[in-house]
Amino acid sequence: MTVPDRPGDVWDQRVAASLAFLRRRLAGEYEVDEFGFDPELTEGVFLPVLRALYREWFRTEVSGVEHLPVDGAGLVVGNHSGTVALDAAVLTAILHDEHPRHRHLRLLSADLVFRLPFLSELTRKFGGTVACNPDAERLLGGGELVGVFPEGFKGVGKPYSQRYKLQRFGRGGFVSAAIRTGSPIVPVAIVGAEETYPMLANIAPLARILGLPYFPVTPTFPWLGPLGLVPLPSKWLIEFCPPIPTTQFADHADDPLVVFNLADQVRETIQQALHRLLDRRPDPFGR
Amino acid sequence: MVRSPTVVVTGTSRFIGARVAGRLAADPRVGRVVGLDTATPAPDFADLLRDVDQVRADAGAASGIIADLDASAVVHLAVVSGPDQQYGGRAAMKEQNVIGTMQLLAACQRASGLRKLVVRSSTAAYGASFRDPAVFTEDTEPREVPRGGFARDILDIEAYVRGFRRRRPDVTATVLRFAPFIGSTAETSLTRYFAQPLVPTVFGRDPRLQFVHVDDALEVLHRAVVEDRPGTFNVAGPGVLTLSQAIRRAGRVAVPVLEPGLSGAAGVTRAFGVGRYGFDQIDLFVHGRVVDTSRLIGEFGFEPRSTQAAFDDFLRAHPDGALLAGDRLAAAEQAILDGIRRARATRAGDQRELA
Repeated sequence: MTVPDRPGDVWDQRVAASLAFLRRRLAGEYEVDEFGFDPELTEGVFLPVLRALYREWFRTEVSGVEHLPVDGAGLVVGNHSGTVALDAAVLTAILHDEHPRHRHLRLLSADLVFRLPFLSELTRKFGGTVACNPDAERLLGGGELVGVFPEGFKGVGKPYSQRYKLQRFGRGGFVSAAIRTGSPIVPVAIVGAEETYPMLANIAPLARILGLPYFPVTPTFPWLGPLGLVPLPSKWLIEFCPPIPTTQFADHADDPLVVFNLADQVRETIQQALHRLLDRRPDPFGR
Repeated sequence: MVRSPTVVVTGTSRFIGARVAGRLAADPRVGRVVGLDTATPAPDFADLLRDVDQVRADAGAASGIIADLDASAVVHLAVVSGPDQQYGGRAAMKEQNVIGTMQLLAACQRASGLRKLVVRSSTAAYGASFRDPAVFTEDTEPREVPRGGFARDILDIEAYVRGFRRRRPDVTATVLRFAPFIGSTAETSLTRYFAQPLVPTVFGRDPRLQFVHVDDALEVLHRAVVEDRPGTFNVAGPGVLTLSQAIRRAGRVAVPVLEPGLSGAAGVTRAFGVGRYGFDQIDLFVHGRVVDTSRLIGEFGFEPRSTQAAFDDFLRAHPDGALLAGDRLAAAEQAILDGIRRARATRAGDQRELA
């Protein structure tokens, strides 16, 4: 075997880059935006982990990326499922990788997430913030891509038998935020997350004691303990649908009729896309 | 300041009050400056207060004093951010903050010659809740009554100012909500916190913090007196540092302390050291606090230096006590890299010899 002239310069660069990353983290020499988003940590640590997960474990296929705004604000509205809100994290990673400008999706999360230690800080560093109109409008006003799941816990915490049936869309606050900032709404359908942690039952009394919206029983949890946290390797399909402009409703951000109609249109679009994707995927655990 | 250019400044026995009064006295646009305080200023401030007339009285006597002086402006800075165990603790703090403001504003209301009121407030006015938006604008209402004594005092103070505005619409009232002060000269509970080698934090929380440089705070206070800027303004350095980031930049080591929930928070207070950290600090270290400063920048035409720059200035003044200084980390990085390169060069050399 021959030894190259300059052995493994790539490795030298990699070691130097990792050490520099470590030094910057330890010295606090990085930038965090006003929402707590830490782009360096997200790109250096979170995204590589999620990338491995969505590519190798879930074999995710994505379509319709051209419907996302290249730059400027946009509100990405998706279906929520899977007991653990893994779909939000996977959507963020895949959007970053597939978008021509590698944009970060800024997620809006339930306030319960911000009550929990660690998870709250992880969410902020990953670019998330509390789902409320001031934050949504501030992000959209700043030209960000914002991700929201209007079903909330009704979506993630529904039993497996209800899979791919969109739940109620709350008060449609996300529609008002999009109208006020003139941002287009991009519906996105996510197939595959429902089978990662199929929820067979919900131990409601235990959930009440723990202050959680539900306490899930899946085929592996809580029976296998921490092993039950490993998601089942379902096949994922993600489709971004054509954007719905909101500028023509500029004066109707507070009009409940306009808001509900638009929310309904978004909901219908996602539901139809879900049916299309499910037809393309007869076996949830196929290749 | 057309008619009678006399300015009354409260809280001149303390750092901010003395600096503001001294600077106003040096401004030709301002006539007489009178310091009103219950305590005698520390001898360190004598130079600052050279041209400031001192009146030693409490806010209860302010009515007569403001009328006698025919003051045109009152700058209310006698607001304390934490209890001082030596001077009566929390009870005295509340007495000064709440009762003091109430009496001072009552006096202001009666002063017919008054044209301007500037009140020091705090971003603690936004309280702390898990449902809070990430960034507070001046119009954000607190969602819950805060637990901290200082935050509750601030809400009371602002409520009195609202009442005053209603009753005296002819007076230009400016409320300045300051982020925590920092800088090379500031000495606050927060600067003392970051000066410790081991810094307690709340387990599993990494709040977003903002600071304002003391010099910028003084500039805003000065402008609020010599210019007309009615309204409420957030005053903070743009940008954000998370607590962990600030601790790392300071070369300190974080010691996470368990937060046993709301009911057990008193336990945290004990763990943090009796009297040194109260609910005000715990809430800040759980929730963090970031404000929007576009109204300040737009109307004052002045942008405070960034939170990071203000913090760096504080670090330059406190270089000692850092356990993990940036230059030491850089040296360690270089040493490790050199070590790896040497080891690999030697191995490559051995392999070449074998070949």
